Order: sequence, then structure tokens, then C-alpha cells
Amino acid sequence: MNLRLLGDLLAVFAPLSFLTVGGGQSVVADIHRQSVGVHRWMSDAQFLDLFALSRITPGPGSLLVTLVGWQVAGLWGALAASAAIFLPSSVLVYGLARVWSRYSGRPLIRAIESGLAPVAAGMILAASCTVLRAAEGGVWAWSVAALSTLVLMWTRVNPLLMLALGGAVFLAVI
Amino acid sequence: MREDLRPAPGLRDIFTVFSKIGLTSFGGGLSGWILREVVQRRGWLGEQEFLSGLALAQAFPGVNVVNLAIWIGYRLRGGWGAFAAAAGIVVPPMAVAILLAAAFSEVGHSQRVHVALGGIAAAAVGLSLQTGLRAARHAARGLPRLLILATTFAAIFFWRLPLLWVVGVMAPLSIGLAWLRIRNEAPLP
Repeated sequence: MNLRLLGDLLAVFAPLSFLTVGGGQSVVADIHRQSVGVHRWMSDAQFLDLFALSRITPGPGSLLVTLVGWQVAGLWGALAASAAIFLPSSVLVYGLARVWSRYSGRPLIRAIESGLAPVAAGMILAASCTVLRAAEGGVWAWSVAALSTLVLMWTRVNPLLMLALGGAVFLAVI
Repeated sequence: MREDLRPAPGLRDIFTVFSKIGLTSFGGGLSGWILREVVQRRGWLGEQEFLSGLALAQAFPGVNVVNLAIWIGYRLRGGWGAFAAAAGIVVPPMAVAILLAAAFSEVGHSQRVHVALGGIAAAAVGLSLQTGLRAARHAARGLPRLLILATTFAAIFFWRLPLLWVVGVMAPLSIGLAWLRIRNEAPLP
């Protein structure tokens, strides 16, 4: 167990816990920036592998953080990173749950909901583009992403099927 | 608030249901599924109460589905209920993720596995782009909100600024604008 690495993981992911808005995908760009750029824990290629693994894992998309922790410091790293991303915001929301019914629908609450929406949308779009920028496969990566976006927007196909197709296309052409 | 509903489930039931939701869900859309399992199928919670919790889950930081699980667990069984629900939706999938990662490190040197994962990652971007585009369509009504969205995007993607700064500036600004808008729309009391 490398305590310095565990401390780094906590210091990187605990703040992200409070910056996660509109679902776990919004912080993917910063997870990439910190793990590949700032801390040099892994290469772009390794990050993409973990990102893909997190997408074929069931459950919240934020499990990407668990995998980054695993890569950096094994099982303890996975546990530390997961605790860092899930616990702080959970404690906050648990505290709010106790008083929430009283405040629901008040103007300030509506302002928070409506104000965070465009920020969250910008974060999610930036996260998608950041992953694509890190992707190998050049034009194929962009084509598969664009096609998958269109199919998912216009049909109700199971997303797992699209992931499998993406893997198959890459195996066939690259 | 729960008079018409069935008796509150035990902690183990709460954990089991949320584990099931966590383990069988892929690629988002989880809130809708929680609604079906907890409200429509089991009648543990009224729909109004569910929606109030959904607003909480979306307005405050954290992964939405985990927040929602905490709210539902809390309404059902207090603090331990919240713990059981959150543990159910996070821990079993986490174990799967770690097992997958361990298996992957065995075959990780295979170039073909790496290429396949690259394709999966590219297709998965479609998943989050779709979510982002839908969110943008709802959120970007009017020039101020569109500017907030575009600036947030550019700050993260082009300028690669730390998220802490971006959200630290954009979120209060955007909430302030929304507050002014709501104040102006609201009829006088």
C-alpha cells in the first residue's frame, strides 16, 4: 500500500465529487486531464482502455474512477478513489434529504436546478470531445462516435449493442 | 405521506433491489428504471415523493442515481436505508469493474483487445454525446444560457482549465442568472 499515491487519489477525486453535476459523465474530461496530464499516472491509450472498460461495466459511469484507482495503486487504490468520488457528495445529499421536502419548489432551488443545467450540458459535451481527442483510430473513431450518437438519438436500440458494434468495427478495420 | 403505500421494506430488500438495478443497467437512463422498480412495481414510494427526490438528485452535486438512491433509502428506512440503497447501487457493480480490470490486465498486452476497447470507447462517446446533446437542447434556451454552455465547453475542452475553476465560476454565475429570471417571472405574492 503506497500511502502517498492513495493520498493523491483522494486529493484528485474528492473535489470532483462536488463538481459532478448531471451525472458522472460530466467530470470525465477532468479525470483525463488529471490522470494523463497532471499526474502522469497513465498514457492516453491506457486511459481509453479504462474508459471503455467502465462503459461495459454495469452501474454508475463514475466507476471509471474505481478503475483509475485500480491502475494507479491496486485494490486499495480502487477503494480509495471510489470512496473519494462517492462519499463527499453522498454525505451532502444525505444531509439535504432530511430537510428537502420543506424546500422543494422554492425559487432558490429552482434557480439551482435551472442554472446548473447549461453548465452540466457543457461539461458532458466537453467530456465526450476530450475522450475522442484522446482516441486512436483517427477518422474511424470519429465516425463510429458520430454514427453511434445518431443511432442512439433516433432509435431505442440497446446501448450495449452499439458498444459491441464499435468494438467489432475497430477489429475489422484497424 | 406513505399511508396508501405498502409497509416499508427491510434493509436487505432495499439493498437487493438497488443491487439489481445497479448490476443490470448500462449506459445511463437509470432514473427511469428506479421509478419503475420502486414506485410502479413495488409501491414503496409515491410518484410525487419520487419526483421531489429526483429534483434533489439533479440539483445537487454527485452522481444522480446514487443521490436518488440515498433519498429513496432515507425515506424508506432512515439513515441505514440510505446506506443500504447507496451501497446496493455502487458496491456490486464496483466489484464487477474490479474483476473486469483484473481479467483485463491478464490479456492487456494483446493488441487486439486494445483495438476492440478503442472501438468500444468510440461508440461509448456516442452515448455521452447523445446525453449531452439532449441536455443542451433543454438547457440552452435563450442567449445567456447558450453562452454559459459554450463557455463551459470551451474552458474545459479547448483551454483545458481545471474543472474546479470552471465550475467555481460558471455555476454561481448561471445560478445567479436563473435566480434573476425566476424572480422576474414570479408573480408578486
